[in-house]
Amino acid sequence: MPRRESLRVAGVEPIGPYSLLRLNRGSVDPGTPGQFFMLEAPGRVLPRALSLCQAPRGELTFLIDPVGPGTIALSQLEAGDQIAVFGPLGNGFRLDVPRPLLVGGGIGIAPLPYLAEALEHPPAILGFRTEFHAEGAVLIPNAEVVIDPVLVTDVLPADRDVLACGPEPMLEAIRARVPDAQLAWEAPMACGYGACYGCVVEIDGELKRLCVEGPVLCSS
Amino acid sequence: MLLLNASGCLDALTAPGTAQQLDAFVTKTVTPEPREGNPPVRIAETDFGMLNAIGLANPGRERFIRETLPELRLLGRPIWVSVGGFSTQDYAETCEQLEDVTIELNLSCPNVDEAPESAAEIVAACRAATGLPLYAKLSPATWDIGESARAVEAAGADGLSLVNTLRGLALDRNLHPTLARSTGGYSGPALRPVALAAVHACRRATQLPIVGMGGVQSGRDALELIACGANHVALGTVLFADPEAPTRVRAELAQELARAGFSSPENALSVAHERVVN
Repeated sequence: MPRRESLRVAGVEPIGPYSLLRLNRGSVDPGTPGQFFMLEAPGRVLPRALSLCQAPRGELTFLIDPVGPGTIALSQLEAGDQIAVFGPLGNGFRLDVPRPLLVGGGIGIAPLPYLAEALEHPPAILGFRTEFHAEGAVLIPNAEVVIDPVLVTDVLPADRDVLACGPEPMLEAIRARVPDAQLAWEAPMACGYGACYGCVVEIDGELKRLCVEGPVLCSS
Repeated sequence: MLLLNASGCLDALTAPGTAQQLDAFVTKTVTPEPREGNPPVRIAETDFGMLNAIGLANPGRERFIRETLPELRLLGRPIWVSVGGFSTQDYAETCEQLEDVTIELNLSCPNVDEAPESAAEIVAACRAATGLPLYAKLSPATWDIGESARAVEAAGADGLSLVNTLRGLALDRNLHPTLARSTGGYSGPALRPVALAAVHACRRATQLPIVGMGGVQSGRDALELIACGANHVALGTVLFADPEAPTRVRAELAQELARAGFSSPENALSVAHERVVN
């Protein structure tokens, strides 16, 4: 099992409506793209599950959409603060794909920068609700960006190995068009390591724990 | 004193490293038939705790005994099996089929429809079905938990597990219940004073061994349960936030005991009941 370690905050940078939390890496293994970490959210009972955004030298970064009390607490951390970090957890993306295409929607772009680096910067399509949200695209240079009402599925080319993360309707729409796409899903999670059975999703007709079986699932 | 997990708060086969920090492992509740559990959303954090509505997801008694239990024994820790059901017969038949474990009767899950019989009736039927140690896990949502404790003791319980979660509800931004089942079991730090009161009341009512649980986050919290009369302590929600909580809480408890001048947890047992002498 991975370790839980107290890491020092290197800084928090705004990117559009999002916050990029930078942590000194300590001895934590960044894992593979699409894996996630449980981050202590100051003042909250439960930690928050966040996929790794980037792994620059000596750091781990996480992209946060401050929408609830936990993500707001994380976005308000300051350089020098310490938080407990547990991971990497779950199963990430398979990288052995000949023609990768990254697809991200909204805060679902979070795991794509680290994934893009691992795949040597393949083409990417990113969808956002507003121009302000689309400022997040700065994390994935050269990506094609679409803004609502244009959807990522409107511009999705054929014959690509799709690796995607985003809101559930987007993932469902991608799965309908690209049945063998690798999709990173999200579910409310208490523990992240298979203890609470809170994050179950239906996989092959059975309820399974997303933290153990996912978060990246391939339907084919 | 034993340090255990609260039932349903740890999967020892997925996280053996956490289970091995405990003195004994308590399983998720086992029912006669397999159960998928409730549909998602199953958990919701609140300001001072969390709600869960897992719904007793488990492989069912037959597969549990045939597949899960042998694997759990390989951990090398004593096993406590949490037994659930929807009738007295459900509980008694599962008890009859278990060997070489301690049994904790889940008489109080807030996430399923309960057996219509009283806790004491279920305990009496299980007592007749097995000679194994039998702990009764009681709900704090009762007017007089001391009376419940006396009743299950008279019915043959060997110990008490105090407390189960309380039923709670959380609403989302649109004022709809966050959990698919609407209500769930409320646990975490907010439950701690409730657990202390229940252990305190039951210690006055009976001399049965008590496993205290409910919102324990630290060694100090564990010591308070012991002071109220808990012989053993179980960790629940804290395991979700910290897989190394058993090691940490054990170390903190040792420090707290030393600071308060106790040589062991047993020396601190029930000290909250002692009259202060000036």
